[in-house]
Amino acid sequence: MADSYDVIVLGSGPGGYVAAIRASQLGLKTAIVERELLGGICLNWGCIPTKALLRSAEVLHQMKHAKAYGLSADNVAADIEAVVARSRGVAKQLNQGVTFLMKKNKVTVHMGQGKLTAPGKLEVTSADGKVEEITAKHIIIATGARARELPKAKSDGKRVWTYRHAMTPSELPSKLLVIGSGAIGIEFASFYNDMGSDVTVVEMLDRIVPVEDAEVSAFLEKALKKQGLTIHSSTSVTIDEVGEGSVKATLKSKDGKETTGEYSHVIVAIGIVPNLENIGLEELKIEPDKRFHIKADPYGRTNVPGVWAIGDCVDGPWLAHKASHEGVTAAEAIAQELGNTEVHPHPLDRGNIPGCTYCHPQIASVGLTEAKAKEAGYELKVGNFPFIGNGKAIALGEPEGFIKTVFDAKTGELLGAHMIGAEVTELIQGYIVGKTLETTEAELIQSVFPHPTLSEMMHESVLAAYGRAIHI
Amino acid sequence: MPISIKMPALSPTMKEGKLAKWLVKVGDKVSSGDIMAEIETDKATMEFEAVDEGTITSLDVEGGTDNVQVGTVIATLAGEDEDAAPAPKAEAKPAEAKAPEQPTPEVQPEPAAQPPEKAAPEAKPVPAPVPEPATATKGERVIASPLAKRIAQEKGVDLASLRGSGPNGRIIKTDVEGADPGKAAAPAPQAETKPAPAAAPAPVASQKLTDAIPDFGIPFADQKLSGMRKVIARRLTESKQTVPHIYLTVDVRLDALLKLRGELNDALADRGVKLSVNDLLIKALGAALIAVPKCNVAFGGDVMRQYARADISVAVSIPGGLITPIITDAGGKGLAQISTEMGALAAKAKEGKLLPSEYQGGTASLSNMGMMGIKQFEAVINPPQGMIMAIGAGEKRPWVMADGSLGVATAMCATGSFDHRAIDGADGAQLMGAFRELVEKPLGLLV
Repeated sequence: MADSYDVIVLGSGPGGYVAAIRASQLGLKTAIVERELLGGICLNWGCIPTKALLRSAEVLHQMKHAKAYGLSADNVAADIEAVVARSRGVAKQLNQGVTFLMKKNKVTVHMGQGKLTAPGKLEVTSADGKVEEITAKHIIIATGARARELPKAKSDGKRVWTYRHAMTPSELPSKLLVIGSGAIGIEFASFYNDMGSDVTVVEMLDRIVPVEDAEVSAFLEKALKKQGLTIHSSTSVTIDEVGEGSVKATLKSKDGKETTGEYSHVIVAIGIVPNLENIGLEELKIEPDKRFHIKADPYGRTNVPGVWAIGDCVDGPWLAHKASHEGVTAAEAIAQELGNTEVHPHPLDRGNIPGCTYCHPQIASVGLTEAKAKEAGYELKVGNFPFIGNGKAIALGEPEGFIKTVFDAKTGELLGAHMIGAEVTELIQGYIVGKTLETTEAELIQSVFPHPTLSEMMHESVLAAYGRAIHI
Repeated sequence: MPISIKMPALSPTMKEGKLAKWLVKVGDKVSSGDIMAEIETDKATMEFEAVDEGTITSLDVEGGTDNVQVGTVIATLAGEDEDAAPAPKAEAKPAEAKAPEQPTPEVQPEPAAQPPEKAAPEAKPVPAPVPEPATATKGERVIASPLAKRIAQEKGVDLASLRGSGPNGRIIKTDVEGADPGKAAAPAPQAETKPAPAAAPAPVASQKLTDAIPDFGIPFADQKLSGMRKVIARRLTESKQTVPHIYLTVDVRLDALLKLRGELNDALADRGVKLSVNDLLIKALGAALIAVPKCNVAFGGDVMRQYARADISVAVSIPGGLITPIITDAGGKGLAQISTEMGALAAKAKEGKLLPSEYQGGTASLSNMGMMGIKQFEAVINPPQGMIMAIGAGEKRPWVMADGSLGVATAMCATGSFDHRAIDGADGAQLMGAFRELVEKPLGLLV
């Protein structure tokens, strides 16, 4: 007899394991299937270990600038092996944390490659080749995504890296080419630059971090250039030759100018592709969307009853916190279908999903950029407050950056917030809570922000949008 | 902690009300569910129940006070375990002036602190906090996001009329954006009844309460408007100023209907049901609206709402004004049921005991002034409804019969007022035709 569940979650990343815990909290008999490591990419190979690396880079940066704080530090040096080892240790700790959480929440873990054979039926092939069939009333696909590769220069882990290789380098690249300037590309560029590599970033679009507000992109470009990075936007790359010790590449700018260069390493960070192979989608006739992710409704339902999909394998933004939220929503919607009348799942509001990039300076944003808001036809009130006007920022020695807020002039709705500078990734949540509560400028202005904190800039930015900033 | 008892909002649209009568006094112990007071809203008198337990230490607003704003503290309770000591103190100062309309702003100067003769006139007047133009709640606590409140205010949408789609039913932006601005307040009475204010009062010294009306030296008496009169005034003005009315009149022969009514009443006598002509007309209008759905609509700015059910608001004259209890699904209900319901609603209306749900809503209205001898009239539409039917008196008239001979028939005039933004003349005519057909061949009302 096959083991039978209310819910099986396929994939244990931040979407899958959170969905499993929520399902279990709602009293559903739940199992999770994972082929590699509990916690998925996020905490094993993504979000968390990179933050560990970037923390090392930050400490190194501070030590190198100790003098600015009246301190001295001699013989400051980075040991890349130790830095990586720390990062792996952090990942391992969290991986064990998820193992514990599964146990605590009575979620049965099936290790192996899962494949849907029919609605409600899943075949799990474990590493030793053993095949087991498990069944459930509902199955959530949360298989995530992987790095998109360059067609002509597949990553090899030696010279051509994806994020996964870039996270566990055996040596520091002397001359690094980063292709793509989204969050992943920019974070590695920033990390390796801090660690001492010579870094070049290439972006096909006309500015780096192209999903962010144009002012943020411009500010970041200036800051990174000041730190010594080379940046080429509106530029495409052709890998000409991957040699034993180097990679030759040609950069072609929009105006047709070509330059060739030789790099010790290349990081490919040009987006993601969903992991949809060999999990039974074709057999079940599960429909894809326009971008070849799985098509799902706002609660995660696919076109096949009883089959749900969340996270990176459905429509974006492809971010861990969005996947987790979708996981909760899907689990609640399933509980509701199974007769729970107490849960009230609400579809995700895509306008309220924040994005964070942990380069130096950090970037955080939520909602519409100024340009997108204009495009949408809003009449705007825009506020901007610089770090240089904030006491705490100056005391921290972090006077670079700004906080920008975009309001609908008519209703006072906070349409978007865009921040660049120290610790902004920890600040953005204030605006997210505000946006989720549908605050207007009035409540934000009325709120008392603690002094001295960086968060005061969030207040000042709102005040600035209404012509009332105090400290500029 | 003393518990402040505030003026409750007894209907979603209530902004203020009359604290008609206290049923408790200082020192009384109350517990949850005890009736504390009678409160008169714009439409009805309701009983106000205690929610908390304790001893009444003060009644802060006197019985009989008009225009008490929702939220004003009207009484104070000492909690169960507390000493009700403050009570006598409150009693000791009976003369203390209470502002009945607004909660007293806490800026009154401490009388003891300043020598009265000097401080009072000279002290700079402390600006009383000016209430904001107010997204202030008008009813029971409405849970809505700040943005939803602001948009509602701009659009003129009554939040209390919306269902929230956010967590725990919170009203959010999308709920307000999809809302119909017409849904502003209680459905309203029509204009036609103007019960002559009980004969001109004996000439008293003119006591002027307003400057809005010029004084021509004619002896007069001003009387404050009742809550209901205010609503009637506001709603009728709104209707006549914003809704382009078109009026369509038909003559309707009543003989067959009267005959059928007689037969039915004979048959129903045992069941204690006595159908009135009006009951039959309610049914006829409901059925006509179902037959001509283009007239069973509400105009919502950029949206037209087509109703799938005909709920008829029936104008009932009551002392001091008029109210429109609703027969839901008048097209689908049997005559006996309509008659029974109407009887019950009219009785409740006369006692001022209608619940908001019994007079708010409706898809069209019926107003019958036949019993007052009115031959024909045009009624004022009750927005957001699309039409109202005005019924004149049934009377014996010379009538050209089907064969061309001149005879005598009992007939009446029926005039439909239609919201011309929503309903074209031809569609209105079709409704009037269907209505006449149902009245003249009334067996259609039985199926």
